[in-house]
This record gives sequence, structure tokens and C-alpha cells, in this order.
Amino acid sequence: MAATEIDVKYVAHLARLNLTPEEEQTFGAQLSHVLGYIEKLKELDVSQVEPTAHAVPLLNVTRPDEPGPSLSNEDALRNAPATANGLFIVPKIVE
Amino acid sequence: MLNQLTISELAGQLAKREASARELMQACLDQISRVDGRIKAFLSYDRVDALAQADAVDKQLAQGVTHAQKPLLGVPVAVKDVIAVKGQPLNCGSKILGKFVSPYNATVISKLKAAGAVIFGRLNMDEFAMGSSTENSAFGPTCNPWDTSRIAGGSSGGSAAAVATDQCIASLGSDTGGSIRQPAALCGVVGLKPSYGRVSRYGLVAYASSLDQIGCLTKNARDAATMLGVLSGHDSRDSTSVLEPALDCAKVLNGDLKGLKLGLPKEYFIGGLDKEVSQAVHAAVGQLQKLGAEVTEISLPHTDYAIATYYIIATAEASANLARFDGVRYGLRVDGPDPIQLYGRTRAAGFGAEVKRRIILGTYVLSSGYYDAYYLRAQKVRTLIRQDFLKAFEKVDAIVTPTTPTAAFKIGEKSDDPLEMYLSDIFTISCNLSGICGMSVPCGFTTQPRLPVGLQLLGKPFGEETLLKIAHAYQQATGWHKEKPPLTS
Repeated sequence: MAATEIDVKYVAHLARLNLTPEEEQTFGAQLSHVLGYIEKLKELDVSQVEPTAHAVPLLNVTRPDEPGPSLSNEDALRNAPATANGLFIVPKIVE
Repeated sequence: MLNQLTISELAGQLAKREASARELMQACLDQISRVDGRIKAFLSYDRVDALAQADAVDKQLAQGVTHAQKPLLGVPVAVKDVIAVKGQPLNCGSKILGKFVSPYNATVISKLKAAGAVIFGRLNMDEFAMGSSTENSAFGPTCNPWDTSRIAGGSSGGSAAAVATDQCIASLGSDTGGSIRQPAALCGVVGLKPSYGRVSRYGLVAYASSLDQIGCLTKNARDAATMLGVLSGHDSRDSTSVLEPALDCAKVLNGDLKGLKLGLPKEYFIGGLDKEVSQAVHAAVGQLQKLGAEVTEISLPHTDYAIATYYIIATAEASANLARFDGVRYGLRVDGPDPIQLYGRTRAAGFGAEVKRRIILGTYVLSSGYYDAYYLRAQKVRTLIRQDFLKAFEKVDAIVTPTTPTAAFKIGEKSDDPLEMYLSDIFTISCNLSGICGMSVPCGFTTQPRLPVGLQLLGKPFGEETLLKIAHAYQQATGWHKEKPPLTS
């Protein structure tokens, strides 16, 4: 089967990752090579196989809904690039 | 030299007050000054803090605290740059975290501290643990201690090289597709990847959450057992951590392998396997037979599909996990006129090429119209790969393979061809997909140049005791794990 072409520009937009035209070209070529290799999974009949999301299936892991110690506001903001009034600052979202 | 000793040897010396924790820590710091300019295992370390921790240990020793109470009392343990240590930098080998300082301790760090370890240093790695050579670090590659023109392996290359060169006594790594076992093999140390769920991942920066597991790199199997005893156990902060008590591995370290059944998977001894690697592994298997183990050939028929499966599942999970690095809450920010541009520019400037490639691939395989063809299919093949192992473990107690197809390759040799690099993980990846445990143990050397070879032991889910028993018995009968790279002395 022929190697698949990825619309790198579109996928990069979905991933919120700005790429240069050179990166789009390089990654596009490298990833169609990788996808060509991945095609081998189509050799297998998996119609009767259940998917595995986790190797150790643990179901409904819960704990009592009780407040415990957590990061202080100060600690949570310590690594932030921009803050004001105890909040993260981002560019204006709404007009 | 104190820094050349193992945990068990040091425990003896510290207990008898033949050496102090400060002297030991100082010996490691001196070794870093002597060799790390050539190895580049450490991204940073805090000399003052390390010595202060050691002084605190010496006070405890003077007060009568014992290694029975705190098994790692005074032992310097260095940490892969993907695990949070409160007050220390955390970069994941990336530029995108900027000057990030961890606001809390990972559970494994709290456990190590409670056991008396001196936690110091940040160890180099492939950016976000994505790679097999540590060449993907934004801070430059770590060099192989046996030949500095070669890779240390990855992604925990710094963790393996630091232990191999006696710059620390043990280290923490993380293993998503072989990232502890492969560098351990290539640097000539012991690397243990516990079963998925055995060790809490709280405080480990996530790459592929269904595959990631924290483990240790040590100088021998006995030390790995001591470390796992400290690291393992349920943690309510990680919902995938299993309700198993912490292991008491020391009790299984007796030399007899009589009646133990080992499987050699025929799919692992194929073209592409280096002749000298194959010879070393077969010699090790012969040694295990002499120690009483029975060896039979087994089949893991879906082995050939593991890499394709892994690079769908791991990249899909990574694309979701790495969405958090967006320039808003921490780390690097490149401003833009709106949040979308801010995210896109920050991620463009902050991530390296391999991380970008995997985010693109992972986003693609999850995108509308491709999910069933790639992601869902890969999850089904994952079931087949896991079933191969569970079937094999009905017949054998552990599986023996090479850890890697070749010894360490040259820096730069595979960096232009991602697929070629991915294929070097062929023997380690299935273990993570299956959630079983795995371990690499030094088992010999190639001749020209002289480079370490690793023997991989794969065990049943939560079968670490069996692996440690085999590895320990092997190390009682052989001396490969005691060999030191020439530049350490």
C-alpha cells in the first residue's frame, strides 16, 4: 500500500503548533514514511479483538470526596509567565 | 572510592561509621567534576543542598537511625529531569518549561526521602522522554561512558551514564518504550522497569500515560531490589497505581534457579541482531541453565507489530498530554495577538523537532476520519501483543532476550531518520504495551570497540521478584556488572 500523505498544515493547526514551511515539508515526508510502516497493522484481522486502553484494567477508581491540602495560589502562580491579582494573564479573548 | 560502591556496601560502611554520608556525597560531587564534562549526564545539581542533606543524614546516623529503618539512608540518588523534586528545576530536556521550579515532590521522591536518600541533580534525557539516544535533549546529548563518540541510549541516557560512571549510586528513570532498559544496556548498568501500576506516576511529567512507568538504574540487582522496595506501593494520587503492598524483594535474593522455566522468544533472535550481542545473550542463557533454570523456545507471534502499535498509541497519548504546554500557566511564553497565536508560537519556539513530529503524528491518528483506522486498530493489536505474553507466561516464569539489537551507535548516526531510530526499540516496546515488568542486566561486551551488551528479562505482571531473583543469581556467578568504563578511574 502506498504511503499516506498527511495534511501537515491542517494537523499542526489542530495541535496549536506553528510550523515553518521547511518543517511542514520535512515532517510531512518523514511522517508519511512512518505511516507507510504503520500500514503493516492492516495485515491483521482484528475484527474479533477487544481494544486495550490500559494494560492493567482498573475500574471506577474513586476516593472519598473530601478536601485535602493542595497547592497554594502563590505556588500555583510561581512559574507563570504573566500574572496579576492572583490570576494568569492571557491575551484578550472576547471583544 | 566511596562513590564506586553499591547501596548494600555503603549501608554497611555508613552503619559502622567507616564513612560519613557527607564523605560519600562529596565523592560523588568530585566524580562529577572529574568526568561529567565528557559525559554530560547532569543538566544541573545543587552542591550546597546535596551536602546539607548528607549532613542531616550524618546527624540521624549519630542518633542511631539504622538502614533497617531507612534502607537508603545517606545514599545519593540522582533524578531524571522528568520527575518533580520540590524546589528543584524541572525541564524534561526541553526549552518549553523555561525556568520552571517544581512546587511539589513526586510520590517516588517523597518515598526516597522517607527512606533516607540524598536526592540531588537533574539528569539529561530526550526531550519529554521521546527518543532512544538522548540526542533529542534541548541541552545536547549525553555521551556513552565506554566511547564518548557514541550515544548513551535514551530516553534516560543521563540516568544510565551517571550510574555507569559512579557520579551517583543509583538514579531514577522513566520507561515508556524501553527508556530505562535500553540506556542501561548501552551503558552497562542494571535498569528495572516495574509493571505498569507498581510505582506511582504522581509527579512524573506524562508522555504516554498508559505506558509510562518510573523505575531505577543501579549497579547491581540487589540494589534494584532495595530501590524497588522503597519506590513501590499504592498511591491514592495515581488512580492507575495498583492495590499491592510495597515489595520486599530482598528476601528473594537467593542464588538458586532450580526448576525455574525461562522462555527464549524465537522472534527476538532474527536478522538485524548483532552477532556479538547474540553471542553474549546466548552465553548468559547458558549460565542461567548452569544455575538450574530450564530454557525452552517460545513464540511471541505479534512481535513484528509492536513498533507500529507503539508509535500510534504513544504519540496519540502524547499529543493530548503535551497540550498543557501552551505558554499560559508555566514556562516559556511567546506572545501573540490572541490565545491561539500565543499557543502556536510558544509551542513552535519551545518544542524540538522530535516532539513536534510526535505531536503531529499523534494528532493525526486521533483526528476525525482516522481514529478507527489507526488508534482503535492499534489498541486492538495491543490486545494481541499482550495476549502473546500472557500465553507465554502460562508455560514459563520469565522471558530472556537481548535488550537491544546492537550495542551503542554513533552520535548522529540515526538522527536524520526517525523510523530507523524507532526500530532500535524493537525488543523493549512490547513490555510497555503489555504492562509487564522488564529488566536489563549487563551480560558481556562487543569487541571492537568494547561496548556493553544487555540481557533483558521480562516477567509476568507484578513478577518483579522473579526477575530480581534471576538477575541476582546471574550476578553472583558472573562479573559483567562490575566492569567500569576506563574513564571513571
